[in-house]
Amino acid sequence: MIRIEELTFRFGDGPPVLRRLSLEVRRGEILGVLGPNGCGKSTLLRLMRGALTPGGGRVLLDGRPVHRYRRRELARWMAVVPQATATPFPYTAWEFVAMGRFAHAPGIGGPRRGDRAAVDKALTLTDTLHLARRPVTRLSGGELQRVVLARALAQETPILLLDEATSHLDIRHRLGIAELLVRLHRDEDRTIVHVTHDFDLAAAISDRLLLLSPGGEPLAVGTPWQVLTPARIREAFSVIVRVEPDPATGRPRVLPVLPARDPALEGSR
Amino acid sequence: MTPQRRLPWAAVLSALLLAGLGFSLWAGSLRLSWGEIGGILLGNGRTDPTHVAIVLRVRLPRAALAALVGAGLGAAGGAFQGLLRNPLADPYILGVSGGAALGAVAALSLGLTTPLAVPAAAFLGAVAALGFVYVVARAHRGSPHTLILSGVMVGSFCSALLLFLLWTSPSDPVRTAIFWLAGDLSGASPGWLPAAGLWAGVAFLVLWLQAPALDLLTQGEETAADLGLDVGRARLLLLGAAGGLTAAAVALAGLVGFVGLVVPHAVRLVWGPGHRRLLPASALLGAAFLLGADAVARTVLAPAEVPVGVVTALVGAPFFLYLLRQKDGRA
Repeated sequence: MIRIEELTFRFGDGPPVLRRLSLEVRRGEILGVLGPNGCGKSTLLRLMRGALTPGGGRVLLDGRPVHRYRRRELARWMAVVPQATATPFPYTAWEFVAMGRFAHAPGIGGPRRGDRAAVDKALTLTDTLHLARRPVTRLSGGELQRVVLARALAQETPILLLDEATSHLDIRHRLGIAELLVRLHRDEDRTIVHVTHDFDLAAAISDRLLLLSPGGEPLAVGTPWQVLTPARIREAFSVIVRVEPDPATGRPRVLPVLPARDPALEGSR
Repeated sequence: MTPQRRLPWAAVLSALLLAGLGFSLWAGSLRLSWGEIGGILLGNGRTDPTHVAIVLRVRLPRAALAALVGAGLGAAGGAFQGLLRNPLADPYILGVSGGAALGAVAALSLGLTTPLAVPAAAFLGAVAALGFVYVVARAHRGSPHTLILSGVMVGSFCSALLLFLLWTSPSDPVRTAIFWLAGDLSGASPGWLPAAGLWAGVAFLVLWLQAPALDLLTQGEETAADLGLDVGRARLLLLGAAGGLTAAAVALAGLVGFVGLVVPHAVRLVWGPGHRRLLPASALLGAAFLLGADAVARTVLAPAEVPVGVVTALVGAPFFLYLLRQKDGRA
């Protein structure tokens, strides 16, 4: 569905952020992208959606270079969930999510019946229908993030790109969104690429993982068990971890070796 | 929709506009009764012909002028605030009005006085100022105050050049300088009104048709593109249309400040930020506001007249300071 060939990118004269990355995102899969800070994960998502022009190589969407698509056409192929940022304009959550319908109804006439239904459905899926009339400026971080996800869902695209969309959420909402992603993948056959720092969640919901090195080179692509090995994680993050199967799901869990505290010192308080 | 949003904006604002129009026709050194004004407007011939002339030839064109200028500045201010994601934006504060005034005066001092030459020259000046301010805005993402400061500087620079042109031109420099710098509705040639009105109408239509794009642009350029907007094209249309509206207003009335700041804020407070509603609502409220301000300007020192820009600045500058005090300048 998305084919990445020999992709290289650098900002200005800086060192390359991504180096010779080739990857095929398959139709209907969940692909997790992992890697240390600054390794080019977000840049990769930007290149995938044509927001940046590659320095070398190319990105094909459905066989056609992504930069050849018109913006509206692209927005009907893929929707982006960025990390929610504060917005200064007090649109209601409903109006905010309705912006996701622009690619389908860009005219001055505004949302039609089908668009309204899509907005309501997106709000329902993200458990934010009760916030519909609230100004987005008055939402909590978690509420806003779910509304941003709803806007992407309202675009009704076959592909969803998530850029650390759950990092600032508490555990309940993080799990809620993970569950929703699995549901969208299973019931609607959506293709999902998500960038994250959460190994366990990525391992739990993804079909495949991509691990990038600090220099932006692909270290491994494959199933969670193939990618999340202590050796590869040490190479990518310079930390020592144990990897064990989750008793319930059988997926790998990454257990960092945490700093030990002296129990005697602790007791003397 | 919140209960506030259910207030029918078109009805409420049209009523305000009518009230402003009535106030404007009534205010002046000659006191006419409401009945007489109504009779004259309806073509009732039993009144004094001088009264008819005052209402139809003096006050009505003046009111139309005030309404057009106010509507243009209100809508342009709303567009600039959304486009630049900056609630402190206003054509005057951004220096766009200054650029337009400079363009208009430059055309006049070159002897170009045809009805379309002055707004066209004002438009060129507005676009030049806008281009400069926009480049600065993009270079300093996330720093709304840099944008405002550079706008004010562009405005000062244009005012200085404008004064220089006026002082070196043969006609009475002080009088015309006040017209351009303070913003005044008394000096415009009535002949420009239809041309400027047509110009402003087209610019407003272009602006309004881009309202959904403007909504998207408030979310930032990258998000707007992700949602399917051709950002470059939309930005060009919006900047051109808002610049065109500013140019029409400035060509008619000089530098009337703060209308574009106060009016969209008031609209947003009651009816929310959606631009399909905000742009026409700001035009209506801007027209009503300037009609009222002009009537006040004509009455406080009657029979002498205060430039209307003095009245709008006395209202708008404290409002600007109030917005500045609010953390992050919430829209």
